[in-house]
Amino acid sequence: MRPPVIFLFLLVPLFLLAEGTTKNTCLDCHSVLDGRAQRPALLVKNDVHTASGLSCSDCHGGDRTSDDPGGSMNPAKGFIGKPARKAIPKLCARCHSNPDFMRKFRPQQRVDQYELYQTSIHGKRLASGDENVATCIDCHSVHDIRAVKDPAAPVYPLRLPETCAHCHSDRQKMAKYGIPTNQFDEYRNSVHWNALKIRGDLSAPNCASCHGNHGAKPPQVESVAAVCGNCHVLFAQLYQKSVHEPIFSAASGGGGCIVCHSNHGIRQPTTAMLDGPKAVCSQCHDPGTPGANVAAQMAKWIDGLDSALKHSESVLARADKYGMEVSEAQVRLGDGRENLVKARLALHSFEPEQMKKPIEAGMAIANETLRASQDALHEKDVRRMGLAVSVIFIGITILAIWVLIRRIESNDAYRSGANAPAPK
Amino acid sequence: MRAKAANWLGERIDLNAVRELIEHKTVPVHSATRWYYFGGITLFLFAIQVITGILLMLYYRPTVSEAFESVRFIMTRVEFGWLIRSIHSWSANLLIFVAFVHMFSVVFTHAYRPPRELTWLTGIVLLGLMLFFGFSGYLLPWNQISYFATKVGTDVAASAPLIGPAIARFLRGGEDVGAPTLTRFFAFHVIILPLATMALIALHILLVQQNGMSTPPWLTASSVRQMRFFPNFFLRELMVWYCALAVLGALAAIFPWELGEKADSFASAPAGIRPEWYFLAQFYTLKLIPSHVWVFEGEILGILGFGLLAAFWVVLPFWGVDRAGAARARLVTGVGVLLASYLATFTVLGYVK
Repeated sequence: MRPPVIFLFLLVPLFLLAEGTTKNTCLDCHSVLDGRAQRPALLVKNDVHTASGLSCSDCHGGDRTSDDPGGSMNPAKGFIGKPARKAIPKLCARCHSNPDFMRKFRPQQRVDQYELYQTSIHGKRLASGDENVATCIDCHSVHDIRAVKDPAAPVYPLRLPETCAHCHSDRQKMAKYGIPTNQFDEYRNSVHWNALKIRGDLSAPNCASCHGNHGAKPPQVESVAAVCGNCHVLFAQLYQKSVHEPIFSAASGGGGCIVCHSNHGIRQPTTAMLDGPKAVCSQCHDPGTPGANVAAQMAKWIDGLDSALKHSESVLARADKYGMEVSEAQVRLGDGRENLVKARLALHSFEPEQMKKPIEAGMAIANETLRASQDALHEKDVRRMGLAVSVIFIGITILAIWVLIRRIESNDAYRSGANAPAPK
Repeated sequence: MRAKAANWLGERIDLNAVRELIEHKTVPVHSATRWYYFGGITLFLFAIQVITGILLMLYYRPTVSEAFESVRFIMTRVEFGWLIRSIHSWSANLLIFVAFVHMFSVVFTHAYRPPRELTWLTGIVLLGLMLFFGFSGYLLPWNQISYFATKVGTDVAASAPLIGPAIARFLRGGEDVGAPTLTRFFAFHVIILPLATMALIALHILLVQQNGMSTPPWLTASSVRQMRFFPNFFLRELMVWYCALAVLGALAAIFPWELGEKADSFASAPAGIRPEWYFLAQFYTLKLIPSHVWVFEGEILGILGFGLLAAFWVVLPFWGVDRAGAARARLVTGVGVLLASYLATFTVLGYVK
């Protein structure tokens, strides 16, 4: 029996209800507008909030189901239009500081961003009425906000330095704060940039690693070593106990690691930092003074071990190229390099005695592997000499056999076949 | 003194058969005589393998934790260990190459004709054993390349229809290449295969002695000159063996067989992993076959194809001759040229690509 057609009409309210929950007249209108008015409608497709089911009215208020612009953008329905710049952090915090709300979407996400922001330079200045500072949308973008782990997000680790530089490299914008604008240029010449952008190491430090993100603030003199020590743990431990720690901490213009390594433009450390015309030690220790002499001695040790290991490595590589089995020596050379790292680490105690042990151990390994590689090369020569002698003997034997064959065959008239037995 | 010793021995062992063989065995002398040497070179290289293999066994330890280290010990610490291992590895490769040359020389001189069918069959089985020798020996140093090449090899075996998974499990001693595989391959390499090979070599040589050396069909056997095997041919063969020894020594001294890195089952497979050169043609062919051909899986189809080709090749003495026992020379030569060209081309392509 066919169901009466009238029942189909009962389904109509369900369709209308379904349309009501997904209807977004904001997008319907803005997507056909031109220029700036159309932009949000285009961008919002990539927005993480859209993907989570949120819509325009969740931030801007109003009634997204109304087809009438007067209804959809009615202030009586909560429509706020473009939020005031000063109000943006609070607007975002309505959801992002609400653990119950955030739990529905990202249970693991922190909800203290707004609190941290208020402690930051940006937050404090905004609160004091300076709208020139960064708010949420300056870093996370607006309408096309992406998750931090999205490589296209402006706060993705590989893109973050450029995002910060957007304002901090802007001389005009920074002029009234009296802060430099060369941080990004310096950072781009640093080992950290090299690790982050060239090697693509997402764990390499970007701006937020040292300055924080929502609670962004420059590390003060007393906290620089602690900041660097987050990653360079052992270096920081040695430095904290060193003779230089109290002296550097008292220095003006930033102390700790910065005194020798600078801050944003940290280069690959070399022994030129210890000794020579560009030595950072010479900023305080005049040439010929005990401090300068110790620094020169340390540089000599490190250079000596480095070049001994490199020499050993090159001779080993030659032996390896000749097919000699030198894998044990190559592994041992790795131990030597480890000692070089340990010596460079021990340098941060600024006590030569602490450096001596890894330097001596490293030199012993360098000599041992050099001997192994030289032995391998000598062995290669011996093998080839042995081969040459063997080939000569084999050649003589072949010749002797040939003479024997000739002698036999000249006697048994082999050539005529007369002496050969008849085939079977 | 010599006569006295011969008499003493003669009273205890009947040496007439040996004396008969030495005095009467002959080798036909014609334009293709040089191909006769390849059987002897194969035998010589096998003897080298046995001797160097026994020496290697004095130090080799067939366990996952010690195999690589023991081979490194042989290469670096044992006096002339590098030479023994390098000769063993180079000789294994030359042996397989020479065995192939020997097989094709038999094909092109049509030496498979009656009554030499069994000689051909034992020879083909011996070639298969040599390939298995190579496959099993390759894993023994337990290095990265050999580990993953064995994985690839046993994976190919696993994809054979019906019995493939069982064969792979039998070879590996489990679901994957691991400690049981090494133990099994060692047992194959040093006990099972040598015993089987030596028995078959004995049978192969016995058959050659019984049937005499084959003369190509384009010559009339009765009109071909004969050379005495002892000492004329044997001394020439000895010269060739010395040459082979010099080549082996040169390869071992100039290009010592490398050891590589120890196998790590958790590491990713090295880029461009491929089997040894003697399996490259088949490997490359399987790579070229699409994953699905009509309703069949491409790899299964390929393996079936190789199986059929191998079976067709094994029974060559039966389809390669007419009813009168004369060689179907053109057909067999054509098929031989095709097969040799295929193997050579695809081996090179498999190596290059």
